[in-house]
Amino acid sequence: MLQFDHASKRYPGNIDALNRVSFHLAKGEMAFLTGHSGAGKSTLLKLIALIERCTRGQILLDGHNLNKVPNRKIPFVRRKIGMIFQDHRLLHDRTVFDNVALPLIIEGLNYRDTARRVRAALDKVGLLNKENSLPITLSGGEQQRVGIARAVVNRPPMILADEPTGNLDPELSQEIMALFEQFNQVGVSVLIATHDLELVNKMGYRRLVLEQGHLTQGGESSHVAI
Amino acid sequence: MSLSDTAGSWLSLHRHALFSSLGKLAKAPFSSLLTLLVIAIALMLPTTLHLLISNGTQVSSQLDSSNQISLFLKQSVSNAAGEALSNKLKLDRDIVNITLTTKEEALKEFQQYSGFSSAIETLEINPLPVVIQLTPSSELKSIEQIQPLLDRLEKLSEADFAQLDMQWVQRLQAIVEIAERATMLLALLLALAVLLIIGNTIRLELQNRRDEIIITKLVGATDAFIRRPFLYSGFWYGLLSGLTAWLMTAGTIFLLERPIQNLSNLYESNFQLQFLTASESLTLLTISAFLGICGAWTVCSHHLKKMQPE
Ligand SMILES: Nc1ncnc2c1ncn2[C@@H]1O[C@H](COP(=O)(O)OP(=O)(O)O)[C@@H](O)[C@H]1O
Ligand SMILES: [Mg+2]
Repeated sequence: MLQFDHASKRYPGNIDALNRVSFHLAKGEMAFLTGHSGAGKSTLLKLIALIERCTRGQILLDGHNLNKVPNRKIPFVRRKIGMIFQDHRLLHDRTVFDNVALPLIIEGLNYRDTARRVRAALDKVGLLNKENSLPITLSGGEQQRVGIARAVVNRPPMILADEPTGNLDPELSQEIMALFEQFNQVGVSVLIATHDLELVNKMGYRRLVLEQGHLTQGGESSHVAI
Repeated sequence: MSLSDTAGSWLSLHRHALFSSLGKLAKAPFSSLLTLLVIAIALMLPTTLHLLISNGTQVSSQLDSSNQISLFLKQSVSNAAGEALSNKLKLDRDIVNITLTTKEEALKEFQQYSGFSSAIETLEINPLPVVIQLTPSSELKSIEQIQPLLDRLEKLSEADFAQLDMQWVQRLQAIVEIAERATMLLALLLALAVLLIIGNTIRLELQNRRDEIIITKLVGATDAFIRRPFLYSGFWYGLLSGLTAWLMTAGTIFLLERPIQNLSNLYESNFQLQFLTASESLTLLTISAFLGICGAWTVCSHHLKKMQPE
């Protein structure tokens, strides 16, 4: 599903955020990406969503070489990925329903099917009764679940989450992670960046560990061998 | 996806964009209204000028039909000889109407209108020539067509010179032509201004909705999708301003109609002030809507590229 092949990212100013990272995430696999703050977790996810481009090496998503995706085709790559952010990134002047419907509206789905799928997604995250609320009236955990509903509403084969539980207490974090497990169980590949090691250890999935841009555990990084 | 599904989703995308943009105009009614008015004034100026000019052209073409040639005969030519010449000219196909002014009649007219009556009374001889007024056939419309007739008349042995009274009409036409050019230029400049105003309005809207645009890009929106509601905003700004400009022009014409009618009556003319025709009105609306879309398009293609998630 996802293959990193000696991918490096150097930001302007000679900041090496990622250094020759190689790993493979199989279809339907779930894994955690851990590491200290500044280790390059967010950068790695951004490379997949083509928010940034890797400066060396290559990344294959679903068999497509992301280096070869022209800018105008980027939206179509993003439609295959459900992305979840620590700060939710919701539209604050739109209802929960409209927020979740966004990926479907973008694809031009008709209203009836849109409504059906939005409600199915909201049902999965347990927010069916909040469809007409504005995000601002919801708690942090609820807002994150709206973000998750938006990420899965168009049934992408892969979910990326960047610190999805960063601001939540352990109990809510556990609930959110349980949601990801559910999606994984129906065949969606999931990659979650987090520094909540306690939770990661408890759940026992594969761990990819980043240290200052190097993948030191869980990958096939050539760097490990040295 | 079937064809009807595709068409349906395309329609629903456009309907979504169309109404969400109209909704946005209505959400900020005061600033939208101000923008509309500014654009409408810019559109109304050339429209009104165009109307006044096309009315002016109408006046000058009415006057066209009253071309007159005054043929001044030599001082030595007597009334009788003038009469004989005028009878000969009546046979000319290029001439339709002839009146003769004898030396005495000319003197009387001159006394009446010049105010030199007492001075002239002391003159022993009548210095004025016989004048033949003639109207060229209506087939001779332009000065180029009339010129050969003038030349012919001036070559007559009795003739001193021939004068075409159309010259001032020509001057009027020349002025109208200059005014037309000036209006054209003004219209181009104001069209550019409309483009800039709408572009700037859309740019502000783009910047206000920066976060929203970036989030929409993150979930896979194409630039075309994001651009669409802004193009519709531009379209609505253009169209509604065009309508407002049309109404304002109508108001101006309404206010001018009475005094112009009075003036026209004074000249015993049956002049009618014309308003925009249906096709001119349609042109105004089309151009204004088109300018709106263009302004929005230009700004969007420039700014959307720069708004990328990070
Ligand atoms: N846009 C950027 N420009 C320059 N340097 C950046 C940029 N984004 C991140 N970095 C740097 O890259 C490194 C990795 O950052 P990041 O991927 O955000 O780490 P993490 O998500 O693990 O905290 C850090 O040193 C950070 O300062
Ligand atoms: Mg980060």
